[in-house]
Amino acid sequence: MNLAPIPHNDHLFVRRLKQVGELLRGMRVTWGYLVRPSRVVTREYPENRETLTFPERFRGQVVMPHDAEGEHNCTACTLCEKACPNGSISILTTKNIADKRVLGRFVYRLSSCTLCNLCIEACPFDAIHMGHQVDNVEAASYERAALDLILNKREGR
Amino acid sequence: MIDLTVTHPIGDRIREVLPPLPAALANGALAVASLALLVTVMAILLVWLERKVCARFQARLGPTRVGPFGLLQPIADALKLLMKENLRPTATDMVAYYLAPLLPITGSFLVLTVIPFDHNLQVANPGAGVVFVIAASGLGILGTLIGGWGSNNKYALLGSMRSGAQLFSYELSMVLCMLLVVMAAGSASLREIVLSQQGTVLDWWIFKLPGAGFAAFLLFLISSTAELNRGPLDLSEAEQELTGGFHTEYAGMSFSMFFLAEFVNMFAAAALGSTFFLGGFLAPQIGVHAVDAVLSFVPGVIWFGLKSGFLIFLYMWFRWTFPRLRIDHLLALEWKFLLPVSMGNLLLGATLVTFGLLLP
Amino acid sequence: MNTPSSPSAPAPEHRLPPGFALHASGADGSQEYFLNMGPQHPSTHGVLKLVVRLDGETVVEVVPHLGFIHRAIEKMGESETYVQYLHLTDRMDYLSSHINNLGVCMAIEKAMGIGVPERGEYIRVMVSELQRIQSHLLWWGAFGMDLGAVTAFLYGFKEREKITALFEDLCGARLTMNYFRPGGSNADVPENFIPRVLEIVEEMKFTLDEFNALLSANPITISRTQGVGALSRERAISYGCSGPVARASGVNFDVRRHAPYSIYDRFEFDVPLGQNGDCYDRYRVRMEEMRQSVRILEQAAASFPEGPHRAKEKPVYKLPAGSYFSSVETARGMFGTYIVSDGGLKPYRIKSRSPNLSNLAPIAEMAAGGKIADLVAILSTLDIIVPDIDR
Repeated sequence: MNLAPIPHNDHLFVRRLKQVGELLRGMRVTWGYLVRPSRVVTREYPENRETLTFPERFRGQVVMPHDAEGEHNCTACTLCEKACPNGSISILTTKNIADKRVLGRFVYRLSSCTLCNLCIEACPFDAIHMGHQVDNVEAASYERAALDLILNKREGR
Repeated sequence: MIDLTVTHPIGDRIREVLPPLPAALANGALAVASLALLVTVMAILLVWLERKVCARFQARLGPTRVGPFGLLQPIADALKLLMKENLRPTATDMVAYYLAPLLPITGSFLVLTVIPFDHNLQVANPGAGVVFVIAASGLGILGTLIGGWGSNNKYALLGSMRSGAQLFSYELSMVLCMLLVVMAAGSASLREIVLSQQGTVLDWWIFKLPGAGFAAFLLFLISSTAELNRGPLDLSEAEQELTGGFHTEYAGMSFSMFFLAEFVNMFAAAALGSTFFLGGFLAPQIGVHAVDAVLSFVPGVIWFGLKSGFLIFLYMWFRWTFPRLRIDHLLALEWKFLLPVSMGNLLLGATLVTFGLLLP
Repeated sequence: MNTPSSPSAPAPEHRLPPGFALHASGADGSQEYFLNMGPQHPSTHGVLKLVVRLDGETVVEVVPHLGFIHRAIEKMGESETYVQYLHLTDRMDYLSSHINNLGVCMAIEKAMGIGVPERGEYIRVMVSELQRIQSHLLWWGAFGMDLGAVTAFLYGFKEREKITALFEDLCGARLTMNYFRPGGSNADVPENFIPRVLEIVEEMKFTLDEFNALLSANPITISRTQGVGALSRERAISYGCSGPVARASGVNFDVRRHAPYSIYDRFEFDVPLGQNGDCYDRYRVRMEEMRQSVRILEQAAASFPEGPHRAKEKPVYKLPAGSYFSSVETARGMFGTYIVSDGGLKPYRIKSRSPNLSNLAPIAEMAAGGKIADLVAILSTLDIIVPDIDR
């Protein structure tokens, strides 16, 4: 499909008039925004922090949900560690009382994480999620060490 | 013979109690102080207004944090600029580099001295006020030229050369538009020009010279936009092309002098526009007695502010709607269109004045 | 990039910077000088550096310098599995990340013979077209700003945000999506996906009219773009340009139409073609492409099927030894992915053919003889994404 050709056959005076008309048409667009406060799109963060919601699938940062007893689902299978493209996850294992290999520490380096979601997809036990709360999104910190997180609150059983 | 002395209750009182020379000095000091205050307040107000209006044109809110409606934002900005280090790149010409930011603001300050803000509110009323205005506004051009040259930066040099070419040429059509009004009013004193527009709204020069007045107003609006270095004619700044043009190398207070001058200049240009075409401090009269009485009850300085504010809004509206012209198109627009048209317009105006073809 | 040192070369202190021709192309007595535009310059969109040889305001020669954001993505791909490599393609042309993902996924599917369910194909087409509109909206805003109309920039972003918010719901990310997977996508669409797409489609029609009113016929825009940076059809082909840049020069090539992938052959859409190849044609081609994408979205939304969104997932993606190629049409042109596999878990070599390098190549030819402002307009309508050039 060819683009419509640009008409050139107008008389110079008519063309100038049309050009002025186009300028005014542009000014009408901006005027429309000036006089209608409803078209303002600004959202005032952090004032709206309390009501700020993110979509369920939002990739804030990796979190490990704990149930009411403080237990998590991680079995230290290291599938997420293998799925991670840039080594942001290290699973440190330990032995439980029955000499079974369990999760010791789930080390998660937010500083190198690209939030690609592959670890979440790899996890067969639904042990890790992408956090989508405001706290998960506000990850800025003054020192890099604060971005090295340990996700589990206690060792696996 | 026109009486050129400005009378104001305070000034008269000073003249009564003091001998002539100290009275003149005291009056001058008072005038300068009040103008300085006006310039500061105007700059703060206009920076805030520009940011708010621009934000609303762009579906944003603009400053909201500092003070009510963000009104104190310009003060916060000024404090920030004051506290910044006044950097000077080593390879710059020190005299030119530090001198340049002072010139534009001096120019606009000088222009404001002859603007009649109200019947008796004017620092000086020289008989050749228009000539003075044109001369004083030339200082601003000098500032951008020197600043761009002294910065020793190719972007800055390009910007200042652009501004030289642009401002010198647009000065012409702007002066021709002013000349039309000077001719029609029969005086080059700004107060006389305002007083020559007494009567109804139709006695303002924008309407009173049929066609020619309105054309001159439009031409003045365009050429003063170029004079002010404001978008769409902000070629010498042209952030997207020249990363800031003539003030690329400026920081801190020296930059903020350029920045302030831009806003004070805008106010000065709007003040000139309303003085020449919109009846200055005169209240708009529509010929209905009851309404006119109410309108003229409002002080002239308010009317003056409203008229200038309207022009300032137009400048902002232009800036936040249109893309920027290219330098050769800009010069072609002036030399091939605006200048011939304003010359023809002057001729038309002269004919109208000579044959008395004014609106009754 | 060595400076030639022929006997006729000027004295060392007058030696030209690398990449420039030696002959003096300016008029007699011209005082040419060199200007570094970038890597930090408001109009080079990221970290592109242009060394410009100027005669006053007139551009004599332009030499682009690349490599400021080279991250060795292709090399990194050799040490990552195929699925892991996907997220790196997000970071090449970040405004077409969905479509880049799609290109890699298609190459993997081709190699392993994975089919994509009907719903998955529909998701792919719709998401790709949304991405195209999103990218063009950002381009429109950036174009306006490059020309000095800052308000346009905000409007472009404001409209783009609606699609970005939809992507946020869809895959949880706003820029680096990593959504498509071999055999489909990593998740089904959310429940209100189709109504929201239809809402965006309706709003887009209004938006495009508004954009046209603000910028398209504006005499300043036209004077800045018409006849500026013209690229002939032959030169566009010889430079290997693709996408809107080539189509504005009259090259009738669109991967979606001429080598249909996914289910593009089922939808009706036009491929807009310009005649002059100047900035204004490039502008109009992109504006028209947004309308055509809206058309595709409408058709796809009307016949969106039920069913699975992804073919059965394989435990590992292991490509048989051999080489595989796929190409898709991103918002900027043809994006090709060439995979050489030695049968292992990781690619032996991955090569991306990204549209932006070829699209940037003619800039020296297009900008010569114009003004600095023209250079900015040309760069803006070429719509390059520098990380996609450097990779």
